[in-house]
Amino acid sequence: MNEGLAADLRSVMSADRVRTNATELGLYRRDASNIEGSAGVVCFPLTTTEVQAAVRTAQRHGVAFVARGAGTGLAGGATPLDHALVIATTKMNRVLSVDAVNRMAWVEPGVLNLDLTRQVSHLGLHFAPDPSSQQSCSIGGNVANNSGGPHCLSDGVTASHVLGLEVVLSDGSVVQFGGEEPEEEGLDLRGAFVGSEGMFGIATKVLVRLTQNAPTVKTMLMDFASVEAGAQTVSAIIAAGMVPAALEMMDQLCVQAVEAYIHAGLPLEAAAVLLVEVAGLAAGVEADAERIVEIGLAHDAGTVRIAKDEAERALLWKGRKTAFGAIARIKPNYYLHDTVVPRRMLPEVLRQVYEIAERHQLLVMNVFHAGDGNLHPLLVFDKREPGVMERVHAAGEEIVRASVAAGGVLSGEHGIGMEKRDFMPMMFAPADLAAQAAMRRGFDPTGLANPYKVLPSAGACGDVQHVPDGAWV
Amino acid sequence: MGVIDLDAFAAEVGAEGPVTIAGLGSRGGAVPGVRTVYAPSGVEWVQPDEMIVCCGAGTPVDELVAVLAEHRQTVALPPGGTVGGALSVGLADVRRLGYGPVRDVLLQARYVSAVGEVVKAGGPTVKNVSGFDLCRLLVGSRGALGFLGEVLLRTRPIAQCSQWFQREASELFEVFSQLHRPVSVLWDGSCAWALLEGHPDDVHAQARGASLSAVDGPPPLPSGSRRSVAPASIVTMQGEFVAEVGVGTVHHAEPWTPPTRSLRVLELARALQHEFDPLGRLNPGIDV
Repeated sequence: MNEGLAADLRSVMSADRVRTNATELGLYRRDASNIEGSAGVVCFPLTTTEVQAAVRTAQRHGVAFVARGAGTGLAGGATPLDHALVIATTKMNRVLSVDAVNRMAWVEPGVLNLDLTRQVSHLGLHFAPDPSSQQSCSIGGNVANNSGGPHCLSDGVTASHVLGLEVVLSDGSVVQFGGEEPEEEGLDLRGAFVGSEGMFGIATKVLVRLTQNAPTVKTMLMDFASVEAGAQTVSAIIAAGMVPAALEMMDQLCVQAVEAYIHAGLPLEAAAVLLVEVAGLAAGVEADAERIVEIGLAHDAGTVRIAKDEAERALLWKGRKTAFGAIARIKPNYYLHDTVVPRRMLPEVLRQVYEIAERHQLLVMNVFHAGDGNLHPLLVFDKREPGVMERVHAAGEEIVRASVAAGGVLSGEHGIGMEKRDFMPMMFAPADLAAQAAMRRGFDPTGLANPYKVLPSAGACGDVQHVPDGAWV
Repeated sequence: MGVIDLDAFAAEVGAEGPVTIAGLGSRGGAVPGVRTVYAPSGVEWVQPDEMIVCCGAGTPVDELVAVLAEHRQTVALPPGGTVGGALSVGLADVRRLGYGPVRDVLLQARYVSAVGEVVKAGGPTVKNVSGFDLCRLLVGSRGALGFLGEVLLRTRPIAQCSQWFQREASELFEVFSQLHRPVSVLWDGSCAWALLEGHPDDVHAQARGASLSAVDGPPPLPSGSRRSVAPASIVTMQGEFVAEVGVGTVHHAEPWTPPTRSLRVLELARALQHEFDPLGRLNPGIDV
């Protein structure tokens, strides 16, 4: 707790929105990851001016500040360290304006992802990025993490759907990057800001692009006797020149967990299930769906189930989106990983994932964005079991190494945060990391905007370091 | 070993003295009177099932497009000039509405920094949030942060059917709102053009529904200025122009002065430029 900082904050915003009691600070010491830090003060601004005042107050006290949306991040990006000030944007949750004709909207960062889509659905529009946490994650968090989701295969991740930003920089100045005008002069600061994990400043307004709903949607489920056959089907669909709206895969253990939870009639005997969604205009959707079924059958798909109505479609998607809830029925704890590999490497990397889990005596389930090569190995365990956390972390690191070695990347949508900060040298040489550090210095020369995230500390190269003091995984 | 020798390119750029980079000179060219280097050229590899291509930044866009066409794919870069030039200027052609901006094309870049080092930005997969998005900063940076050497680009399938259409339209948004994800909609104040792609039956059904007739291509674009305006304000545009509906780029016959950015934004951009090139040796005089 930091009483001096709290007192100054109470002079710039209503006192009841500056919180310092131990219970509340405890709630904000972590995000949805397992990484804990410590919050000094938590404040809830309502306006850009209040965010600006909070940042200036933090600067005056020389205290780091961490922007926080709904706290659904999985990489520790919103975990405050060393009693930092948490600036929670959850109460800035208004949709400010919607241009239905040109399909864009100005929103505040605390607007929840799915709420935005709900508020524009009567216009035949939606916000395309749809992370599995979309019911509870905020647009501000989506911007900070450059979030993805199953439908990003055809429509792209958050960076492609953010046209402009109002940002409070670390010195308290308020700037606009990008905007309704499509071609801003000079550097694309908007693009650089998206995915900067709160380290370049705090977004206080976001101009999002809205996407037309597809008139025709076809959702189908195919099952396979091997994970390889499912993965090869994915590659073959893309190679045939089609980009389905979504291409999601679940392995057997995951299907079994989900089926026990939602009773959707999923095939329990299959080694892998592929959920494919084709969206667009009627003739194109029909033609693509037909070819996709042909490709599936050519790869020995067992059964092909095509959702006959919206209710069945919703049920199939519910299976995909509630996978993590379903897993709680098997073991009380899970650790969700997030890496990307080239599609053609999916079978090989999945084989390694199973092998790694087995070697560490862990249960692994795979539910992932196969079309993007975006793996989500889910290690399930009971943390009361002695020594299990060490095995979980060792297996996790091996999975990340295997993905990068296969020509992949550290993270597809969860971000780096603290979780993978020390893995950055697996993918980037010192000169590459120096360039990213230069970006950070350019945006935040004070270094007080969410420090100790993303960038491994200077001097670290080649191997993994430990997380900083005050944090534990 | 492929066609791209980045070490040789880095050695040419060197670590001292002003240096400029040239492509084919189609987008304004190099800084005059300064030692000139050229980025490596050639397509290193194409992976159609990953929808990515790797090439030298000096590769002509048209050459890259021809190579990709063999795989029934293309890339959302404006035609002409080099790949590096298209990325460094960062301006899309009239298909931006459907194909997206140039900044969404670059997945990974290896560029030569101001100290003559090869630096990697981004990663080799379409989905990637590993670290800060340096690729987005490089697109449109006109060589001021580093000289692009080798790039990995996202490709897209070539549509089965692609056709331009036209109709008279004094009220532009009527046409626009009737179409599902058109690739381009242009308007000159009295006439609208639309580029539709997809399954032939869908393309023609859409055109019929919006009373559009097939034409050979888009209208000639006036070249007095390229303006960037809020797309909602296109309706009030005066004079001789062709506007990109839903985007806000306006090709106008008359010259135009773009609005200046706020001082704080300019200061931030210059701070970034200074971080990457403190001595201002790369493309000297370019203000980001």
